[in-house]
Amino acid sequence: MKTASKEISAVSLVEEALEKAHRYQKEYQPFTWINDHAIEQAREIDNRIAKGENVGRLAGVPYALKDNFLSSQGETTASAHILESFTSPVTATAVAKLESEGAIMIGRTNLDAFAHGSSTENSYYGPTKNSKDTECVAGGSSGGSAVAVALDIVEFATGTDTGGSIRQPASFNGVFGLKPTYGAISRYGVVAMASSTDCVGFFTKTAADLNLLMEVCSGQDAKDLTTLPDYYATSPVKSGSKKIGIIKDFDNDAIDSEIRTAMKTEIIALEKAGHEIVLLDMPALKYALAAYYIIVPAEVASNLSRHDGIRYGFRSNSSSSLGELYQNTRNEGFMPENKRRIMIGNFVLSSGFYDAYYLKAAKARTLIIEEYQKAFSMCDFILAPVSPNPAFKLGEKVNDPVSMYLEDVMSVPLNLAGLPGLAIPVGKNAQGLDLGLQLVGPRRSDRALIGFAEELETINQQEKA
Amino acid sequence: MKVNQDTIKYLASLSNFALTDSEADRLESDLGEIIKYISQLDELDTDGVEPTYQVFEMENVWRPDEISEQDAAPDALLSLTKTTQDHQIKVPQVL
Repeated sequence: MKTASKEISAVSLVEEALEKAHRYQKEYQPFTWINDHAIEQAREIDNRIAKGENVGRLAGVPYALKDNFLSSQGETTASAHILESFTSPVTATAVAKLESEGAIMIGRTNLDAFAHGSSTENSYYGPTKNSKDTECVAGGSSGGSAVAVALDIVEFATGTDTGGSIRQPASFNGVFGLKPTYGAISRYGVVAMASSTDCVGFFTKTAADLNLLMEVCSGQDAKDLTTLPDYYATSPVKSGSKKIGIIKDFDNDAIDSEIRTAMKTEIIALEKAGHEIVLLDMPALKYALAAYYIIVPAEVASNLSRHDGIRYGFRSNSSSSLGELYQNTRNEGFMPENKRRIMIGNFVLSSGFYDAYYLKAAKARTLIIEEYQKAFSMCDFILAPVSPNPAFKLGEKVNDPVSMYLEDVMSVPLNLAGLPGLAIPVGKNAQGLDLGLQLVGPRRSDRALIGFAEELETINQQEKA
Repeated sequence: MKVNQDTIKYLASLSNFALTDSEADRLESDLGEIIKYISQLDELDTDGVEPTYQVFEMENVWRPDEISEQDAAPDALLSLTKTTQDHQIKVPQVL
């Protein structure tokens, strides 16, 4: 990515990014807030460069921050009414690490409120539009971040991925999207959705940029006791021929024909490049979506119980008692999809239903993990579609929750197992919409996964030429 | 499992939502559909399988039991609320 130096000023990089951000905001709405103070930060970086100081590996690089990361710059809304006017007194570890290397946040990006959704249509501030077709969805939940990178407003953007919220919008907008191993990057200062699957990750224009961002952001954090001990920089990268797993029944009618064609083209290109294709039988994966929509709502119901209008954010002003205040604030402050997930979560956790739903899903999770372990004893990485369809029309699925959930069927399984996944762009369909595929690796294989994505990027460019 | 208005009322009370009637109607059909979908897990044989609740590979993570400097001062946190009195958060009558 382009960094500031004595030749290229941070001010010029930031000015260009801000100009594009304002220009595209009306048509695509990638942002919930644009940071016009970024220019002052850029000046400071330029002054330090002029003095000969080492500013960092991301000197003056404009980036966009998904609006569920806490930072004292701008309000953190999570695109939810209930967090209205909340300016955080603390800053997320990931944000602090990026900015200590000189990165400059030029805006906060739109998401489905509390990251609940697959289209960014569940945002209190209205949807972000797809970067290739404004009648189509951006994907979600990190739709704003994907579009900000796809429109070349910023060099990179942050995202969170609980069930595909980075990989799916990345594939809908033709950019790279990484969901690292669970625990690779600190979640301190990130608005919680489902604590057993939430992951911080990135959107970039090249695979190599993902490596740089992982070097900067990964690592154990005393403020997040679910971070893994540092492993990224020293993890092995195997060179030469790889074994690539393909799930046997991917070629079926439930998946868009052009996505299947993209898979087949990629398989041929991989074989031509000397890699071996291994067919995998993974029958439990078909239950991953049902298990996900039990486990995640259960954790959502618990995590979102803290939003009550008392300590911060929106408070309903039409209540005569404390009980009414909680109920009115929560009812007025949450979006319909937030309410559905909270209520489903309370249902699967409630007495009489816990064993049949929550416990059953937790057992299914074990079977899914075991299936991946078996798969990775036979192959290095798995190649799969990210979603069954390319970007769909705005409004097409927003009133039908189950059909929206079905869009997550191929992205959620790896979240349940804590594995890293990387969406790579593989061209466009006949209507000009972006298509993407994902690579999945064993836990802590992030570095090798990014390395292999770089190789695929080269293979795909050669195929196109 | 059949979802009806009693189920919705019960779940709304667990969730602390003052739902409107039209919301409750809509949720009855939405939640009914979602529960029908997730109920397909019944098909999966999980006899003798241990549940997994988290995928963090470590056991306990220890830190010294010492008070360290906090990222946000009490005043900064208190300033986030709507109404305060005598350095405390003011809410409507409880009793």
